[in-house]
Amino acid sequence: MAGVAAFFVGLIFALGLGLGGMTQPRRVVGFLDLFGDWDPSLIFVMFGALAIHIVMYRWIVRRKAPILGDRFHIPTKKTIDGPLILGAVLFGIGWGLAGYCPAPAITSLATFSLAPVVFVASLLAGMALSHWRRNAGTTGS
Amino acid sequence: MGEYLLPLAGGVTIGVAVSLMLVLNGRVAGVSGILGGVLTNLFRKTRGDSAWRVLFLLGLFSGGLILRALNPDLLENDLDRSLPLLIVAGLLVGYGTSVGGGCTSGHGICGISRFSPRSILATLIFMVFGILTATVFRLITGGQ
Repeated sequence: MAGVAAFFVGLIFALGLGLGGMTQPRRVVGFLDLFGDWDPSLIFVMFGALAIHIVMYRWIVRRKAPILGDRFHIPTKKTIDGPLILGAVLFGIGWGLAGYCPAPAITSLATFSLAPVVFVASLLAGMALSHWRRNAGTTGS
Repeated sequence: MGEYLLPLAGGVTIGVAVSLMLVLNGRVAGVSGILGGVLTNLFRKTRGDSAWRVLFLLGLFSGGLILRALNPDLLENDLDRSLPLLIVAGLLVGYGTSVGGGCTSGHGICGISRFSPRSILATLIFMVFGILTATVFRLITGGQ
């Protein structure tokens, strides 16, 4: 059942991304390009999502457990460290270059066109590289 | 104002999806983390908890199929980025979200909603570097 729920959550998530404009890289780059012909509309995607989840999060975690699971899996890490900062810097650069963050890129695979396919394949390679480095013991995270 | 209503509606829809993930499965709907978990299980050669992760990702893809059927313009990519540039961007996003522990959904929506200092800082940083990159890229290429 949790798998079925995850599928439909993914589907609703994708519809929100598409409706909001996050799956059109030109609009993402137009939003990030503050000093050009700025398109502020995508900030409302974030406002909408935060308005709902800031309230719902507090209400949901008052439960003892989720409906289909035995406990909540919520990150507890509090420390600000090097990997957090480095990772956010690199992610921001990649996002600004191509206009794709992970979720819209995966949703856009449905076009079967070259750009999202190449982007997602490279994203997987980047993740694999970080796993490999971590296993090799070169980073401490 | 009309041009902001659809983004707002899209955002509310995402907020509902993220909240459903938490109340039903008790999971944070951070897309890079969900994808990274599948990779981790593959590397450890275990199935682990990959089933719900893969189904979530299939849901994202299926939502894309619905969007494409509704209006193909919703998934239009007319930015004309070269293949090498897309590869570099993908590597940066994959490596960065893995090392930094999240992306726009995990840090930007789920983490900020919890008022997590890590997520608030990460979101500020990736927004600033996204803005710098998009701006510098336009100045260098003289185009978009």
